[in-house]
Amino acid sequence: MTSPHLWIAVLAGAALAAAPVCGAAAARPRTAAVYTVTIAAMKFGPTPAAIHVGDTVEWVNNDIFVHSATARDKSFDVELKPKARLRTTFHRAGTYPFACRYHPGMTGTLVVAK
Amino acid sequence: MFKAIGIAAAFSLAGSAAWAQAPNDAQIAHIAYTAGVVDVAAGKQALEKSHNKAVRGFAEEMVRDHTAVNDQALALVKKLGVTPQDNPTSQGLAKGGADKLRALGELKGAAFDKAYVANEVAYHKTVNGALSATLIPNAKNGELKSLLQTGLKLFQEHQAHAEHLAMTVK
Repeated sequence: MTSPHLWIAVLAGAALAAAPVCGAAAARPRTAAVYTVTIAAMKFGPTPAAIHVGDTVEWVNNDIFVHSATARDKSFDVELKPKARLRTTFHRAGTYPFACRYHPGMTGTLVVAK
Repeated sequence: MFKAIGIAAAFSLAGSAAWAQAPNDAQIAHIAYTAGVVDVAAGKQALEKSHNKAVRGFAEEMVRDHTAVNDQALALVKKLGVTPQDNPTSQGLAKGGADKLRALGELKGAAFDKAYVANEVAYHKTVNGALSATLIPNAKNGELKSLLQTGLKLFQEHQAHAEHLAMTVK
């Protein structure tokens, strides 16, 4: 499941509506989104297709085993106990292959755009 | 290596003469559970005896993962109202495991590490073969089959980890 959390968009929309207008031509800043990557039955679920710098991935371990989401370049390393939900926010664009430290056959890739 | 041989023999029996008919779910649950118990005991022994960081990390993983599968298996059989049923394959596994614990108990240091890891390779290979060829195909209950399939993926990871470790433990 890769679903941005709608409430963030709603809150951000409300904030924009309340903010003073800084020029009609100003580009609307992109709203940071939260995506979910779910682990189940010894597999990472699909990763979000359009993640950007500033977005967050929430790792959800629905498996019965301890797993980790560990970037090959070590830029993130999240240990996930069964049923844990932990977040990683991406501050740099790039392609991030990752695997479970304990079960290296479990792999995925996150592509973070600017 | 005789534990692996004993266990291989137990599983080959599971696939042929020992079963006049295919194992039922109660027997399959018992075999899978026993296979987990054997590896947890081996892992605990390694944690008592080994000082090798990589071997200890592997052993911790075996204890943690196999305990998790077995806890889930117990919860499932309880939910299904199934009583796991002892059988010659489970008995062979338990005996093979006990024999191997005794043999490994005689070893120390690097000799222990090497023998433990070699046995883990052989053991997971054998268990994975049995899961694929006998236990999963014969499981009738969907939830049991699904747990065994997840178990197979897990144990394949363990096998790969053990094989990798075997190349580094001298």
